[in-house]
Amino acid sequence: MSNARAAPWLALVPGLGHLALGRRAKGMHLLVFAFATGFILIWRLDRVTGAFQSRAVDQLVAALFLIGSLLFVAAYSRWDVQRIVERADEPPMAVKSPWRIAGRRFRENTLAVASLYVIAVFYLAAILAPLLAPYDPSAIENVLETRYLVPSGAHLFGTDEFGRDLFTRALYGARISLSIGLLAMLLSKVLGTFYGAVAAYFGGLVDAVLMRLVDVIIAFPTFYLMLMLVGVFEANIVLLVLILGLTSWPGTARYIRGEILSLKEQEFAESARAIGLPPRLVIVRHLIPSALSPVLVSAALSVAGMIGAEAGLSFLGLGIRPPTPSWGNMVSGGQDALLVAWWVAFFPGGLLALTLISFSLLADGIRDALDPKVLMRRFV
Amino acid sequence: MLVEIKNLKSYFFLDEGVLKAVDDVSFAIDERETVALVGESGCGKTIVALSLLDLIPSPGRIVDGQMFFMGEDLRTMNREQMRQVRGQHIGLVFQEPGVALNPVYTVGNQIAEVLRLHRGLTKQEAKTESVQLLGDVGIADPEERAKAYPFELSGGMQQRALIATAIAGRPELLIADEPTTALDPTVQAEILDLLRYLQEQYNMALLLITHDIGVVAEMADRVMVMYTGKIVETADVHALFRDARHPYTKGLLGSAPRLGVGRGEPLRGIPGTVPDFLELPEGCTFHPRCSLGDDECVSAFPPIEDIAPGRQCACYKVS
Repeated sequence: MSNARAAPWLALVPGLGHLALGRRAKGMHLLVFAFATGFILIWRLDRVTGAFQSRAVDQLVAALFLIGSLLFVAAYSRWDVQRIVERADEPPMAVKSPWRIAGRRFRENTLAVASLYVIAVFYLAAILAPLLAPYDPSAIENVLETRYLVPSGAHLFGTDEFGRDLFTRALYGARISLSIGLLAMLLSKVLGTFYGAVAAYFGGLVDAVLMRLVDVIIAFPTFYLMLMLVGVFEANIVLLVLILGLTSWPGTARYIRGEILSLKEQEFAESARAIGLPPRLVIVRHLIPSALSPVLVSAALSVAGMIGAEAGLSFLGLGIRPPTPSWGNMVSGGQDALLVAWWVAFFPGGLLALTLISFSLLADGIRDALDPKVLMRRFV
Repeated sequence: MLVEIKNLKSYFFLDEGVLKAVDDVSFAIDERETVALVGESGCGKTIVALSLLDLIPSPGRIVDGQMFFMGEDLRTMNREQMRQVRGQHIGLVFQEPGVALNPVYTVGNQIAEVLRLHRGLTKQEAKTESVQLLGDVGIADPEERAKAYPFELSGGMQQRALIATAIAGRPELLIADEPTTALDPTVQAEILDLLRYLQEQYNMALLLITHDIGVVAEMADRVMVMYTGKIVETADVHALFRDARHPYTKGLLGSAPRLGVGRGEPLRGIPGTVPDFLELPEGCTFHPRCSLGDDECVSAFPPIEDIAPGRQCACYKVS
């Protein structure tokens, strides 16, 4: 097959090798991603090179991420093409792991896949904001001439009362909102999972003490705790991540505890102990993985919840303080001018809504893909 | 002497009272010996096995007794030492392979886990070795099967894979807890053959827990009969089948179907059922179901005594 011989050479351009071998979906993804990053690299070459001379850390991170992901995609696609060519003679894998089956089910869910694209694009835009942004997010010049400009080619989302470009601010705001959402979710889910697992596995007194602490945290009025902490300390990303993450884990802990209580009585848990595994490995390798799929679903929902909560706090003026933009404080800043300049609040609000919807559709998609009933039906 | 257990007592402390699942049990197992522990369901057989591994689920625990394994006192071991015993010195095969294997890992991974834990193999070595082990336990095309998840295998293959995890640490003692109960009769015979083959190959002793008299006859060198948490008779397998002494053992043997027995002849079961552990009869716990039971039997549980070389029995009516 000539394609098989040509493919490794074609793969020098990410994706072309896959296309030659008939892996259309993978090929297109690699090709589009490589082209997009490549385009940005050439388009903003001055900023990328400038990043290495200036001391702006965020610009440097963005530049390194851009170059790194381009190199990674190129290396990966060549490696993968070679692997496919080498394994062409072997029979296709008969064994389908549960994750593989779930992945295929997920891909059949158009809405979920579309939301994953939306989320991916938003996160990429947020990371690359210093390279993409057409203006400086907080520069104020000629306020009288530049304030409240209607969205146009020069200002995609218009400008606000200080004449700052809203598209730029929305890009930078995405950095804050999206990273808080992701990090707070991770903190909350990881903490809750281990906490609940430890309580359930050891049981007895350990369980009683740990779960009473959970009761206390749940009984505590989270919102007032947030208000108080934000009042005492200056709100920044780290504080918001800590507040949101550390107040939301008890639900996960309770759920995981319940699951592990029943899982640990099952024979495979006993057999894990019988081969001599220490408790931490029994928990981490044998119990948590079986309890985890609903946590994945709630993790996707939880990111949306965290982003919403951050936006809420910022809207109230208790979160990220201007001039640092976050979607929440941008909406808040635009509400006074709603009748004169609707776009000031509309675009950040719209992005916020789109993000939240995408995460909940993603959660739906994950849930359907992991549903064991659906799995069995496909397998049998 | 590989295993020596003296006066083992494992009790469960329930709200309703103390359940004496294993009550004053003593026995020994030699190297490379096959010992069968027989009794009806719920007589404490499994708890004996779990006591050996210190794996009795809460609210149960070992109350008293001594347990020696290769001369080491199991009861004075700390947790770390006990974990070395599990899997590395004593392997355990469960009754239902379908639920004893973890559904989220491939069988190859589960065998490799034992190899890395107890034999310190690297990931790559463990992978090769686990394929080897799957071949040893008689799984065809082990290379491919190692990549299979438990639910993709038949019951017999699952049991073979589970046995592979149990022998992966090269244990000196393999405990098989009802290893064939969940399987088809034809597969049962294969698994028994496999256990016998592995015992030879790996020089293991085998403690076979079963309620199937047929399995006992086929496999065991020595038999221990258990009733309500106590051992009531021990004997060489030939002696036991030729001349069972304890009325309970006689009942068990009589209730097993056998070829050659006259057609139409009814099977003789043991009258009554296993009593509730929390309301055991006074004295000999078997006397309400026993044809020989009289006033003497109500006084106290009969002590287990030597009745012949290598034979013990706990019954007032046997001398």
